[in-house]
Amino acid sequence: MISELTRGERRLALAVLTAVAILGLALAVAGRGDILAVHGGLIMASAVVLMFFVISGYYAPEPGEERFAQYYDTPTKAGVVLAMIWAVIGMGVGDWVAWLLVYPEMTFDAAWASFGRLRPVHTSGVIFGFGGNALIATSFHVLQRTSRARLPDQFSPWFVLIGYNLFCLLAASGYLLGITQSKEYAEPEWYADLWLVVVWVVYFSIYLRTLMRRQEPHIYVANWYYMAFILVVAILHIVNNLAVPISFGSAKSYSAFAGVQDAMTQWWYGHNAVAFFLTAGFLGMMYYYLPKRAGRPVFSYRMGILGFWGITFMYMWAGSHHLHYTALPQWVQTLGMTFSVMLIVPSWLAAANALLTLNGAWDKVRDDATLRFMMLAVVFYGLSTFEGSFMSIRAVNSLSHYTDWTVGHVHAGALGWVALITFGSIYAVVPWIWKQPSMYSNKLVEAHFWLSLAGTLIYVFAMWNSGIIQGLMWRTYSEGGTLAYSFIDSLVAMRPYYIARAIGGGFFAVGAVIGLYNVWMTIRQASAERAEAPDAPVVPALARSLQAGE
Amino acid sequence: MSVGDYDPYTGQRLTGHEWNGIKELNTPVPKVVWFFLGVTALFAFVYWVLMPAWPLGVTYTKGLLGLDEREIVREKVVEAARQRTWTQRIAQEDYAAIQADAELMQKVRQAGRTLFGDNCAVCHGTSGKGGPGYPNLADKAWLWGGTPEAVAETIRVGINSDHPQTRTSQMLAFGRDQMLDRTAVLNVVAYVQSLSNPALANGPEKDAITAGKAVFEANCVSCHGPDGKGSTEVGAPDLTDGFWIYGGDRQSIFDTVWGGRQGYMPAWEKRLSDVDRKILTLYVLDLGGK
Ligand code: HEC
Ligand code: HEC
Repeated sequence: MISELTRGERRLALAVLTAVAILGLALAVAGRGDILAVHGGLIMASAVVLMFFVISGYYAPEPGEERFAQYYDTPTKAGVVLAMIWAVIGMGVGDWVAWLLVYPEMTFDAAWASFGRLRPVHTSGVIFGFGGNALIATSFHVLQRTSRARLPDQFSPWFVLIGYNLFCLLAASGYLLGITQSKEYAEPEWYADLWLVVVWVVYFSIYLRTLMRRQEPHIYVANWYYMAFILVVAILHIVNNLAVPISFGSAKSYSAFAGVQDAMTQWWYGHNAVAFFLTAGFLGMMYYYLPKRAGRPVFSYRMGILGFWGITFMYMWAGSHHLHYTALPQWVQTLGMTFSVMLIVPSWLAAANALLTLNGAWDKVRDDATLRFMMLAVVFYGLSTFEGSFMSIRAVNSLSHYTDWTVGHVHAGALGWVALITFGSIYAVVPWIWKQPSMYSNKLVEAHFWLSLAGTLIYVFAMWNSGIIQGLMWRTYSEGGTLAYSFIDSLVAMRPYYIARAIGGGFFAVGAVIGLYNVWMTIRQASAERAEAPDAPVVPALARSLQAGE
Repeated sequence: MSVGDYDPYTGQRLTGHEWNGIKELNTPVPKVVWFFLGVTALFAFVYWVLMPAWPLGVTYTKGLLGLDEREIVREKVVEAARQRTWTQRIAQEDYAAIQADAELMQKVRQAGRTLFGDNCAVCHGTSGKGGPGYPNLADKAWLWGGTPEAVAETIRVGINSDHPQTRTSQMLAFGRDQMLDRTAVLNVVAYVQSLSNPALANGPEKDAITAGKAVFEANCVSCHGPDGKGSTEVGAPDLTDGFWIYGGDRQSIFDTVWGGRQGYMPAWEKRLSDVDRKILTLYVLDLGGK
């Protein structure tokens, strides 16, 4: 890895790592007597370990000019592996907390094992750890291919990938230690948030610098989506996390917003995280890997464009549908609801464009589990966006809100759409970048597919049932005009569904473990082959420009 | 590939763009898409006209229907209270009268079950049968008295709570605080156990029990009474009835006498309305009455 960096980049890496180590030390010293010290130490230790790594390869020969003839895929490789590891961690913890709801006493009287601390490890683990790494990895891959340009340098992609994973590590370990801002999906505290801003700016700059050097006349729609993802997530992240730390020696901060403004900012963030992280980013992934794997032209260029602008414009307004019948003024709720209803059209436009692209390749969908992953993902994308628009209608929301229906809806999207499109894309990209004819085992891909489908269906049906029962129990009155059921009654009624959900989630998590194994074995197969490969010729032919179709 | 080439499968024209092998068809946006964009936009527009929708500086468009969510809720609450005439009877009539009215008691049981489930069941259990540390409310044994007034008072002020008039109860830590030595504690524990199980008195522990009786008379009667039947004045439980809060096995009783006990029951005066507390009082008494 270090041998791929130029001497200058190695020096830059050492300089950056030194700076990070000093920052970590400063946090550890300023935060002594606070849990912040633990994170300061963690940051410093990570930087020091990486410094040793860079030094160990510092005198390796520099990469030659011939690197310009190739795409730079090592960061993508690392990102794919990290994504799969986070998938196993995030989904494993997810199933753990699902069982915790069945057996609430399963906390060993330890603070870290309480539901409130483990749940964000699950949500951040799957969204940021698994989803985020998959987005970064695939975006580097897609960006280079569709621009016919190599990444601008060898240092910044590593900075983004490793820096991002440091953020994920600070997030997850912080939750276990009890560090949280208590904002859903934005739990990490101020120092981790600031660090992510730096990482994100570099990420966006990689995109811009590569696109500027592109050798294709047009920017492919996948890149529009990836860029919208990066840009808007930056804006959301910065605004929602505006906060004042108690001191530079404390992990705790106070939000710049209070009361209903805080709630609105949080759900403007929360919903657009769904929109731009979990939708736009993964639509970018879909728009590259699905037509590529199907070997079909995209059904409609125009639908792609219309869908993109429809989604980006309308999602921005929809956040307030998370706050129906609350202290939020009714007019804001109206806007959230009406834009959510209109949003269904561009959402289905994107889904239809993908499904119609498969016309002429349905035989492949039948035979190829990888393509089937992507097809099913699009179907779930269509289902869950429809459901989302439906649930945003105030009358429906009065039943569904605060119930497991919401949880079911989220997972129809998260398991059915986000995870399936990611697994499909990973199964497509892994053989391509490791230069293998196929995955180590197609049977395991097939097994993973059916486990995922079964798991998602069990999960979603269980939560639909329990959510609707819950909602009805909470609003049933006895003839005396008082509530007919206590909250505990509804919990007792939920139990069988919680068990079903934990089993469905278990299927899905086992699928992820199989996926990690399959990816790992494919990589081993590739490196075994490389070891046997004959020596390279002394004078490699220097191809100056990159060829399409690589 | 240039503009004008056709995709053989669909017969559609291609746009001529190509990215790493991915091409695009120039399919026009289907009419149905424009139709549904129109329909949803129309829906939104009509909704905006009818309902509160767009901000105008410090105010907002109120909508032609003039519907205001908070106003609606306020009216519904008033209306619901007006319709619930039975709660007014609960507020006005005395306990005996309510208990005698089967129809009214039916409503009390319905409302009481939910109130109890939402507020009391975490400690006393959904059926009110209690558990280790939390007294059974469905039996005939009362720490603080089983009259409606006594139970209502317990609920109002709580036990060892932060209410200024709280009931206070304390079982001293005789062993830990060195008021009694280990043998004395063991003896008195044996004696206490024999109170609800007289057969033990003639068993192998006969001597210990006799010694324990003396310890009891010297230390415990002030609260638990000379015959161990307890006192509702200080919330000292009857030790002869076979009902236990903390458990009647040897180890549990030893723990009680060695380390003391101080149960905590929150005060509900500020959290539940007078009527709700009255319903709960009736509900709790009804549990034991069965
Ligand atoms: C935090 C736990 C807790 C909750 C919640 C709670 N209780 Fe209690 N309650 C207790 C404990 C502990 C005692 C016994 C205190 C003692 O040892 O003297 C008690 C005692 C009582 C008694 C007196 C029993 C007797 O034998 O005299 C009544 C009546 C009672 N609770 C009713 C209620 C009602 C009604 C509610 C709901 C509004 C409620 N409790 C909620 C813990 C609780
Ligand atoms: C100051 C008054 C007081 C004295 C003296 C006292 N007790 Fe108690 N005792 C209480 C109270 C009050 C409780 C109930 C505590 C609670 O429920 O939290 C209690 C509870 C108990 C219990 C637990 C009953 C159950 O249902 O689990 C036992 C056993 C007991 N006492 C034994 C003794 C013995 C033996 C002595 C003498 C060595 C003694 N007590 C002296 C006030 C007293």
